[in-house]
Amino acid sequence: MAERSPFAPPPPGEQKQLAHQPSGETLLRIEHVVKHFPIRRGIFFKRQIGSVQAVEDVSLEVRRGETLGLVGETGCGKSTLARCITRLHPLTSGRVVFDGVDISRLSPGQMRPYRRRMQMIFQDPYGSLNPRRRVGSIIGDPLSIHHVASGPERTRRVQELMEIVGLNPEHYNRFPSEFSGGQRQRIGVARALALHPSLVVCDEPVSALDVSVQAQIINLLEDLQGELGLTYVFIAHDLGVVEHVSDRVAVMYLGKVVELAETAELFGSPRHPYTAALLSASMIADPERARSSHRVVLHGDVPSPINPPTGCRFHTRCPKAQAICSAEEPPLQVQAGDPSGHLTACHFPVLRGETLVASTPEFHPAAGGFAAAAPDTGVEGGG
Amino acid sequence: MSLSPFGTSAEIGEILEAGEAHAIEGRSPLRLALARLRTDRVAWIAAGMIVAMALLALFAPVISAVTGHSPYNPDLINGTNGFGQPYGPGQAGFLLGTDNLGRDVMVRVAYGARISLLVGVLATLLATIGGTALGLVSGYFGGWVDALLARLMDAVLSFPYVLAAIVLAAVFGGSLGLTIAVIAFFSWAAIGRIVRGQTLSQKEKEYVEAARSIGAGSFRIMFVDILPNLVAPVLVLGTLLVPVAIVFEATLDYLGVGVGPPTPTWGNMLADDQGSAGFGAWWFWVFPSIALLITTLGFNLLGDSVRDALDPRTERIFATRRKVPAVADLDASAGAGGLDNAVERP
Repeated sequence: MAERSPFAPPPPGEQKQLAHQPSGETLLRIEHVVKHFPIRRGIFFKRQIGSVQAVEDVSLEVRRGETLGLVGETGCGKSTLARCITRLHPLTSGRVVFDGVDISRLSPGQMRPYRRRMQMIFQDPYGSLNPRRRVGSIIGDPLSIHHVASGPERTRRVQELMEIVGLNPEHYNRFPSEFSGGQRQRIGVARALALHPSLVVCDEPVSALDVSVQAQIINLLEDLQGELGLTYVFIAHDLGVVEHVSDRVAVMYLGKVVELAETAELFGSPRHPYTAALLSASMIADPERARSSHRVVLHGDVPSPINPPTGCRFHTRCPKAQAICSAEEPPLQVQAGDPSGHLTACHFPVLRGETLVASTPEFHPAAGGFAAAAPDTGVEGGG
Repeated sequence: MSLSPFGTSAEIGEILEAGEAHAIEGRSPLRLALARLRTDRVAWIAAGMIVAMALLALFAPVISAVTGHSPYNPDLINGTNGFGQPYGPGQAGFLLGTDNLGRDVMVRVAYGARISLLVGVLATLLATIGGTALGLVSGYFGGWVDALLARLMDAVLSFPYVLAAIVLAAVFGGSLGLTIAVIAFFSWAAIGRIVRGQTLSQKEKEYVEAARSIGAGSFRIMFVDILPNLVAPVLVLGTLLVPVAIVFEATLDYLGVGVGPPTPTWGNMLADDQGSAGFGAWWFWVFPSIALLITTLGFNLLGDSVRDALDPRTERIFATRRKVPAVADLDASAGAGGLDNAVERP
């Protein structure tokens, strides 16, 4: 495939910047976003007995043309945050400012023009495509919903989109079940691109795919970003993927952003103990290096978001926790010695070259066997 | 797969320029189901029963004209023997005999088929449309709308419908329209309940979220996105509801609160017979009963086959399916394609 058909220019009057320009201009600003899911009990009169604090006071900025990676464990609120950005969930409080407009309180009707400009790619390539509708209809849906194109024009644009994402345009009459997982994710990408969005929120777009197919989809997304000047919010729990695609990375833990920095900076010198533990747990595809790497083993489970710990939410599992950590919540700010833009929410950030495990004997008594086996090296095996 | 999944970009460009891409046919789940249905012997037999009944209904006036016997007018002179007794089957040119008013049983059974099929199909259609729409709304919106509609369905399902029909017939007088309305009203809730349950599970699927994220409204999500996923259960339930409606109609007519005389229906033919059973006129009730049996059996068997065809995993009660390799191939090749490996990245 030497060449691609050029992406059809948007109709006049809705001209948008299509060139890739990683400018400093802010496209999306999230301010103090909070999302709680109420827990109700009762048959007739449901009363609220608590709430799941899925996202707690998150503020982020996404610059035009960049890829912001969002990482964290399962259940840390990444996907909820994505759905708050795209207004699939109403916010409990806070603001989402898209291109200078606060969209967090718009009615569905007022929201429609902004839906065109921010699209989402979903995690599950099976669940996110309607099994009873033809691929052409699925990809063409945004075009007909927003009255962009209809009839043969719509078919033509659908086939163009299919070609752009590397699908055979002749297959537009097929059903999702006739495609493989990777092809289905391409369909999801085509649907998201149909309206020339400026922001695409990718909610773990490759987590459900084989590794070889993951690479194809990631390359596709990167190519499209270059060609169409897209801005991505890229959610994943695969650190390798995030490191590869992101310009900046935000690490989330239990509904909060604990660290935010340029990708190389964050992966090179993580300052938050959680980030350090997370990075040390990622797989290294080289046995020699893997053997010599230090792995920080966290003990216990992620606390319940229904009743999160006081102060720093990580203090229950943190190797460096001290009294202040459970009392006072650390703000997300630039730490001493860091370049501006490297934000960490920690009272005792990890120092460069510091080995975390060595300083944490009292926090994992249950794993005494491990600690005793290699107390001096500070290396913990297994985990 | 000898088929090359991807042409050169030049080829595709030509196709696109020509404006009419020669599309590769997708196999819709319904077409696959139809292909399975075609291999089902029981389905063919059931369809044969239904078609036979439909033909009987369609040609009822022809039968009447050819025999010269009216379905409505009593004819004691030609239709009964010298002692005022009805003819048995085969006597005096009456193939299925006459009733106690001298009317040709065959002609009346044929005319009865018109009423039964009309009521059965029309009432089911109304009930299916109403039940599907209300079930969708109930399941999709939830909240107080759902609470209201779900309780309404419970109320309808728990109502003593025969009593209600008798009261309505007493107030308004029995008629075809009223019969259809009553049957539809007492049938929609069964479909509504199933559709509501299915909608509740479908609306949690990610494709609904995807539709919302591209800006689809509630109406569109309900009827364009969710509804196609409910076709299978609705189709099965609808087919199985037809015989229920036919029996319901016969019941109402038997009780004298349905369409009513002089229109011949299987129900009132059975009722008429009661007074005459004493002198051994078995043909009064046997032939309308056989017609009723064939019709309801036909629809029930077809409904079962439709369910088997739509969900191949269900256990089959009757008969075996003929082995047709084409269908197995259809199923097997559905997921194949392997484009991911074939696509070169530029």
